[in-house]
Amino acid sequence: MDVFQWLYSDTVKDHFTNPRNVYDPDRDKDFRPDAEGMVGNIRCGDQMMFMLKIEDDIITDVRWKTYGCASAIASTSMLSETVVGMNIRDAYHIRPADIANRLGGLPENKIHCSVLGDKALRAAIDVYLEQHGRAGEFKDESAQIICKCLNISDKDIEEAVRQGAHDWYTLQEATKIGTVCGSCKAKAEELLHEFVHIYG
Amino acid sequence: MDTRYVYMDYNATTPLRPEVRDLMVRALDVYGNASSLHALGRTAHAEIEETRANVAALIGAKEASAVYFTSGGSESNNTVFNTMFLIGRKQARRKIITTAIEHPCVLNAAAHLKDEGFPVVFLPVDRDGLIDMGAYRAELGPDVLLVSVMAANNEIGTIENIGEIARLAKAEGAFVHTDATQAVGKVPVSVEEWNVDYLTLSCHKIYGPKGIGALYVRQKAPIEPLIRGGHQENGVRAGTYNNLGIIGFGEAARLAKEELPEYRQRVGGLRAMLRDLILERIPMVRINGHPVHALPNTLNVSFPGAEGESILLSLDLEGIEVSTGSACASGSLEPSHVLMAIGLGPELAHGSIRFSLGRYTTEDEVRYVAEKLPPIIARLRKMSTVPLEELAQEIR
Ligand SMILES: Cc1ncc(COP(=O)(O)O)c(C=O)c1O
Ligand code: FES
Repeated sequence: MDVFQWLYSDTVKDHFTNPRNVYDPDRDKDFRPDAEGMVGNIRCGDQMMFMLKIEDDIITDVRWKTYGCASAIASTSMLSETVVGMNIRDAYHIRPADIANRLGGLPENKIHCSVLGDKALRAAIDVYLEQHGRAGEFKDESAQIICKCLNISDKDIEEAVRQGAHDWYTLQEATKIGTVCGSCKAKAEELLHEFVHIYG
Repeated sequence: MDTRYVYMDYNATTPLRPEVRDLMVRALDVYGNASSLHALGRTAHAEIEETRANVAALIGAKEASAVYFTSGGSESNNTVFNTMFLIGRKQARRKIITTAIEHPCVLNAAAHLKDEGFPVVFLPVDRDGLIDMGAYRAELGPDVLLVSVMAANNEIGTIENIGEIARLAKAEGAFVHTDATQAVGKVPVSVEEWNVDYLTLSCHKIYGPKGIGALYVRQKAPIEPLIRGGHQENGVRAGTYNNLGIIGFGEAARLAKEELPEYRQRVGGLRAMLRDLILERIPMVRINGHPVHALPNTLNVSFPGAEGESILLSLDLEGIEVSTGSACASGSLEPSHVLMAIGLGPELAHGSIRFSLGRYTTEDEVRYVAEKLPPIIARLRKMSTVPLEELAQEIR
């Protein structure tokens, strides 16, 4: 999928030109977040900050800022809309693939940029947990992450296979697994064969 | 929704100008093989030789026979480097000097020679993009086979002092090549005045068709074919002539020469206008490239705090087409090698936009861009994690 073609889908264009919950230094002077998370580095061309207001483990409001490309802006805008009203545990387990799907998929070379928002959100939740003496609470309970770059777990692979993925190609189509550094391929293929054997 | 369309990416490529297009439509029927001796072949041959003369005139070459047709700038550059490879592997004089800001086709051809064991130097440039003459002099010596420096840079427009570079190289007995792909048609180019042995140019940058270009080779300078086969182009470049492309090239070259003074003045004026409007309306920007020795059409600007691809796509949504040195746009993680070479920090390199104007750019278009740009930069800066104040001294 071509970047420009993607950008011109109405949803993406809307989120890029009119991003939701983006921090506005004038309007949001009084926004007092309970936790903040920052990831990325301007040196590499992108950086993201997520700010959360949390009450009884429910995310009540969010703001974010970014030095990033259109994909980062659109994805984070969509993510920010999704997590308001969510339990921090559920928010922690949101997968970038879900956000990408809601934006109608993502061009492959833009995945790196679009996961930034998701990472910043987790960083903010981690900070919050730490502040409340609950450090690492969600880390171990989550399914086992197979693709670190895209945060794709064994559960995701299982689900993709149940939905019809039956080889590496169709699994990648469904999940984008292994499209960043590629180092997860061996492990992912092993699981794929296992699940295809069970469900196939 | 505004449906305006403003093309400001003329350094990437130019539209086919109508005069050239008309001629090419007529030439579609010039199907004769220029190497054939019958009438059809002779007609094609005559048209091709006319182009050769026009191209020679455009680059100030005395002999039209020194011009060889190729498929474009990339092929011309590769032909020179391949020739140096064939010569250099048999002798001690084999050092190659080029620069850090060349087009990828030169950088990669040079890197290939390096892989083959040739000593290859990529000269650094200063903050404005001029090569470091001190470093250059220090690298020169009797072991230097080729000096290859681009006449004008495609990203920032800086014009190198090719005459002086060639003079120093010649004193050491080295061959001199210049990639003049971006200079031709924008500023005066003269192989005689510069005294270079090889010069590259490409037709699609001067309002002609794509896939055709030329290599100038001074008499007695060695040249080896990259493509071997028949005896076309004196055996330097085999393959049946690309009649259509060559005929279009001839007309594009003729018009480029004829219109050069007017082009420089008019386009240079528009560039200055765009630059001044940007400086006036947008705080904290840096104009990249040499303030004086620069192409009349190229304006490269860094907008710290705003990411280049986001700027590019925002402009695109307004119908404005430009390019960026941001890593994101290229799909790599590294920003433009040219902007890094002139010493910009990543914050400035990632936030850079190249506006390249051309013969169809109007004052009205410049105003339109200068009107759409400020709110885009302001919007992106507002949502940015980068504290602008901290970048203030980087702008210098
Ligand atoms: C400086 C320079 N050299 C070489 C080239 C390559 O020319 P061509 O596209 O004709 O192969 C370009 C064009 O992109 C260029 O700007
Ligand atoms: S670990 Fe899966 S793509 Fe890198």
